Amino acid sequence: MARGLFAESGADLKLVGVRKQFPGYTAVEELDLTVPAGTFFALLGPSGCGKTTTLRLVAGLEEPTAGRILIGGTDVTDTKPYRRPVNTVFQSYALFPHMTVLENVAFGLRRRGIGDPVEKAHAALRLVELDHLADRKPAQLSGGQQQRVALARAVVNRPALLLLDEPLGALDLKLRRQMQLELKNIQSEVGLTFVHVTHDQEEAMTMADTVAVMNRGRIEQIGAPEEIYELPRTAFVANFLGQSNLFGGTVAESGSGAFGVDVAGRRILVPIDRAQRTTGAVTVGVRPEKLLLVTEEPAPMAGVNVLGPGRVTDVSFSGVSTQYLIDVPHVGTVIVFAQNLVFGPVVEPGAEVWVTWRVEHGFGLADAPAASALEQAHEALVSGVEG
Amino acid sequence: MALTAFAGSPAATGSSGVRRGGRIALLLLIPGIAYLLLFFLAPLISLVMTSLQSPSETVFGQYDFTFNWANYLQVVGQYSEQILRSFLYAVLATVFALLFSYPLAYFIGVTMRRWPLVQSLLLILVVAPLFISFLLRTLAWKQILSDEGFVVTTLKALSLLGPQDHITGTGIAVVFGLTYNFIPFMCLPLYTTLERLDLRVVEASRDLYATPFTTFRTVILPLSMPGIVSGTLLTFIPAAGDYVNASSQFLGGTSSTMIGNVIQSNFLVQLNYPAAAALSILLMATILVLVGFYVRRSGTEDLL
Repeated sequence: MARGLFAESGADLKLVGVRKQFPGYTAVEELDLTVPAGTFFALLGPSGCGKTTTLRLVAGLEEPTAGRILIGGTDVTDTKPYRRPVNTVFQSYALFPHMTVLENVAFGLRRRGIGDPVEKAHAALRLVELDHLADRKPAQLSGGQQQRVALARAVVNRPALLLLDEPLGALDLKLRRQMQLELKNIQSEVGLTFVHVTHDQEEAMTMADTVAVMNRGRIEQIGAPEEIYELPRTAFVANFLGQSNLFGGTVAESGSGAFGVDVAGRRILVPIDRAQRTTGAVTVGVRPEKLLLVTEEPAPMAGVNVLGPGRVTDVSFSGVSTQYLIDVPHVGTVIVFAQNLVFGPVVEPGAEVWVTWRVEHGFGLADAPAASALEQAHEALVSGVEG
Repeated sequence: MALTAFAGSPAATGSSGVRRGGRIALLLLIPGIAYLLLFFLAPLISLVMTSLQSPSETVFGQYDFTFNWANYLQVVGQYSEQILRSFLYAVLATVFALLFSYPLAYFIGVTMRRWPLVQSLLLILVVAPLFISFLLRTLAWKQILSDEGFVVTTLKALSLLGPQDHITGTGIAVVFGLTYNFIPFMCLPLYTTLERLDLRVVEASRDLYATPFTTFRTVILPLSMPGIVSGTLLTFIPAAGDYVNASSQFLGGTSSTMIGNVIQSNFLVQLNYPAAAALSILLMATILVLVGFYVRRSGTEDLL
């Protein structure tokens, strides 16, 4: 990259058939990915899914076993990390312990011979509100402050591609929100390309233009946050990105626009254009907040699915909404999020209830049904909690 | 300072039980303090007194305390060559030992980090020479580097050494011997520092446009300063006062005498105790000043 010059705009990133094998296991399997220039891209997944390895491959800190990596159209697969127009905000901060905060931030600028490194470093520190600590050593800062220095140290270089490895993990909620906004601002102002690795689905959804959900070294689904949320393609995505109610069943009828699935003696309709599979045994699902709780068996109505009766086993109030767990025989536990439109919960544990939802809110997954779907759902839930 | 801090901090909490703990700590310190008083401070005072004596006017071979500070001027004038040579040789040996040990320690502590067994094996190899007496090893080198040895005959056959040239008895042999003997003392502290080197910081440097050389100069080297400082001190201090390597019975000769040899000869051969004592004090003081200056300059106070 040219000495003494900032990147004028973000560069696009392209991974072609990238695979990374470590002795004993494969961290990344056959990854094909394009991140358009100037976008905020989030790589979301549980710990150990290969997202950090992907980031390190892009930074040049690991060499891919196979495949090519292109930044701004240039093949950088064999380019040394210090020659790539890329900077990383490391999860471990990796600040230089022997340098002051200011020298840490000015490090990259000095290496590239950019004019006024001290003034620019101060400006970057002002951005993360740490300029008053410029003369401290990293060891004298708190975890959150160190993380902000790491952020400043990378952002100050205005790289064409900025890689962020869980960069906001150590910050408290208020600062986290503030830094999320700052990051978004920097990104859109300069038009840099951000690749953000996180296991926090909320952070990924609020910040990113595009989210890729990764599992076991593969990308399960890529798309805009609302797109992935409203129409997950696999059980893993359906449960890692928010929560889902999944039902297994066999396709019993196929009409125009929707197909019917037999779930515990009830006919559930799912739109054909919202399903990955429309024949045989399938897994269908619906988001908990799309469900409506009723205490009397509803009369059959066109365009509405009904499941029940079931028993309320748990009611937990969380301010904005209340979560109900309902045990439906032969289906399992169904989760319902209900907005607190009235004062207090609508039903008590033990009550007999039915759940209904509009046909167009359902989705059909690519996974085989029942056992495996539930297993995957469980796995996603567990790894989501651990991560 | 350290003593008051240690004894004072438990007392600060105010409870009497803790106060007794502070008294126990003081009691535990007594053997150490007594040891230092008896075996360090007392001999030091005695040495300073001896260095200020002059020959007795009545009894031949006896010395009386006369506050004869001219002893110092006299030894400096008489042995300035050996004093300067000592520090020159010690600096050379320290530099060579550092140049040899750093890559070795880096290899063991960083490159081989994923193979702890290899690390241990290599460390044993570094320390192994210490299992054999220092004198024996130096004598062995005398044999290897002797005029009849294969090193000299080979060098002469290749005309790299003239027919009248020697290796033993020269400054080269002495510096070589010092370097060789102190390599383990240089290597081990370097290893302990490099073994703890956070490679994530090295990665950050590579990510921030630093070439491998710049990364070494701006990140790895500054972070290994504690090891470099302790290694060089452990080499330089004993090397400056060493009298074995430079002795003519080992690798040295008349043209490569060091201050240690002069002190030895004054104490044991010429029986000129005041001169020997003055030289010893001088050596110690000079090393203290040099080391203090060095530690200050290397800026490692907060890293140590």
